Amino acid sequence: MSFETRIDRRFAALRAEGRGGLAAFVTAGDPDPATSRKIVMGLAAAGADVIELGMPFSDPMADGPAIQVASQRSLKAGGSLRDTLAMVRELRAVDDDTPVVLMGYFNPIYVYGVDAFLRDARAAGVDGLIVVDLPPEEEAELCLPARDAGINFIFLAAPTTGDARLDRVLRHASGFVYYVSVTGVTGAAAAAAGTIDAAVARLRRHTDLPLVVGFGIKTPDQAAAVAAVADAAAVGTALVAKVAEGLDGDGKAGPGLVDGVLGLVRDLADGVRRARKGEAAQ
Amino acid sequence: MDSLNTYRGGPDEQGRFGKYGGRFVAETLMPLILEVEQAYADCKADPAFRAELDGYLANYVGRPSPLYYAQRLSAHLGGAKIFFKREDLNHTGAHKVNSCMGQILLARRMGKKRIIAETGAGQHGVATATVCALFDLQCVVYMGAKDIERQAPNVYRMKMLGAEVRPVAAGSASLKDALNEALRDWVANVEDTYYLIGTVAGPHPFPMMVRDFQCVIGDEVREQIMAQEGRLPDSVLACIGGGSNAMGILHPFLDDKDVRLIAVEAAGEGLDTGKHAASLTAGSAGVLHGNRTYLLQDADGQIQEAHSISAGLDYPGIGPEHAWLRDVGRVEYVSATDAEAVAAFHVCTRMEGIIPALESAHAIAHAMKVAPGLPRDHLMVVNMSGRGDKDLNTIAALDETAPKGDVA
Repeated sequence: MSFETRIDRRFAALRAEGRGGLAAFVTAGDPDPATSRKIVMGLAAAGADVIELGMPFSDPMADGPAIQVASQRSLKAGGSLRDTLAMVRELRAVDDDTPVVLMGYFNPIYVYGVDAFLRDARAAGVDGLIVVDLPPEEEAELCLPARDAGINFIFLAAPTTGDARLDRVLRHASGFVYYVSVTGVTGAAAAAAGTIDAAVARLRRHTDLPLVVGFGIKTPDQAAAVAAVADAAAVGTALVAKVAEGLDGDGKAGPGLVDGVLGLVRDLADGVRRARKGEAAQ
Repeated sequence: MDSLNTYRGGPDEQGRFGKYGGRFVAETLMPLILEVEQAYADCKADPAFRAELDGYLANYVGRPSPLYYAQRLSAHLGGAKIFFKREDLNHTGAHKVNSCMGQILLARRMGKKRIIAETGAGQHGVATATVCALFDLQCVVYMGAKDIERQAPNVYRMKMLGAEVRPVAAGSASLKDALNEALRDWVANVEDTYYLIGTVAGPHPFPMMVRDFQCVIGDEVREQIMAQEGRLPDSVLACIGGGSNAMGILHPFLDDKDVRLIAVEAAGEGLDTGKHAASLTAGSAGVLHGNRTYLLQDADGQIQEAHSISAGLDYPGIGPEHAWLRDVGRVEYVSATDAEAVAAFHVCTRMEGIIPALESAHAIAHAMKVAPGLPRDHLMVVNMSGRGDKDLNTIAALDETAPKGDVA
């Protein structure tokens, strides 16, 4: 790649530190734009190495119930792609180091207009994109234009992605590779012990890019085990569930909501920091 | 559009009809989608597959379905000579079984043991449950909670046939949400499960494959109208939700430039009320459920709820080939409201002794609008895509609230 993003710099730093990182996912605008801003502004200080910001969508086909309702809460409270970009701009005013990856589905981007979106995302300080419903077969839609705009397009690899197909998936990959560790939607049960180690080893044979493993990782111990072998563990459903836990009886943000979410981020971050590379791997 | 040699050549290798279609699915599903594409190509090239399918269509489904001259309705309207293509007489009562039969044979060849499907009106769910019973395969049907309520007889039929009906309460609790949930199931069960999609939508190769299996409708109409009238029809009409019955009857006529092709969307309570399901008439291009097509959506790309009295048309998208046919102008897309469909339902029932599905009643409603102004030698074929037994609860509920009157 001819450009370097905050993602590249952050993973280089993590490798230098000899530890795996924590990629923390929350849905932008969940449960409302103001509370969501407080969460996002606090993620890096709580120990998130990469911020994954969910772009709310009405029909999140690859997500389990927790992230589905997070999207619904956000949209109901006025969340949108435009406001997601505004949040990144506001974050960048105080934090120019933590990588921000937008994660979601293609339709809101398509309707926004790919060129306009890439221009605005780049200007806001977005480093990478994970768009679940854009496999390599559709790379002309956003992956190649994103690369031209200086934004990493992150590809997903799944247990169903065979070796022959991996090379196709990785052809235009940059930033990092996101390994979907279970065949299922977000929030599913964790992958069986040992399968992630084997999967990471397989991916390493195909790419030098950092590997982030997600889906099914909910506890600090799970995050630690993953961070010991991969370059980062991604946690989403557990954080979004904390948002839901912090709602009051009317579905509005309760007083302890932000602290509850950031507290879990701290615990997860402690977990990945405990796991020095190579030590927790059995 | 004059530069096209054929309108029947799509899709291309990327599964595109013009800019529509494609394969917008998660990576977890992608290898399986490619496997389905290969398996379908193998089946298409295998005469034994076609022979097996034709055998079931003839002896199990009851094909060919009749092409019936609706004499009283034609006389009543005083214009075009109207024919019904009687897909309502198929086993299970609608056109859906045509594609189910083809896809179940494909799933068996792929060695899949578990079948999932989404359903709106329940016709596709019933047809899927039926072919699963026939071949002793596990069957799970996702259905919006709202649709379960308004299509109770079909829910009961599916259960009797051995299917598990899983209610979907998320979102608008109707067809699009059932599709989301079926996709989530598929992603979690890719190894043993085949997703038997009910319409000409979803990722490539489904729009092509379902179209191919449904084209038996239009292919038969060509032969039947030639036998009965000695020429091709002047116009062909079908209702359209996702678009499978419309594609099945219209596609074989796409290259007959003198045949007018019309598909009728659900205008619900009216196009200007926002409560409708007319994605081609009132939507815009977007990406949902594996393909790019016309969608009902807001300025932020959020999908809006569709509305139609007919659960089978209550979908905010449409098959991608229809989106392309709209843009190139080969098929006319019009709409009929709930009220027009209900009126047509009653007229058809009283005049022809045929109780149409509320979906099909949309096509009849448009026929009733245009037929009086057409000459008596105008041959008009209307796809009677399904029978209306499943809609009796909906109609009965209206009767309790609506003023009585002579419907004809």
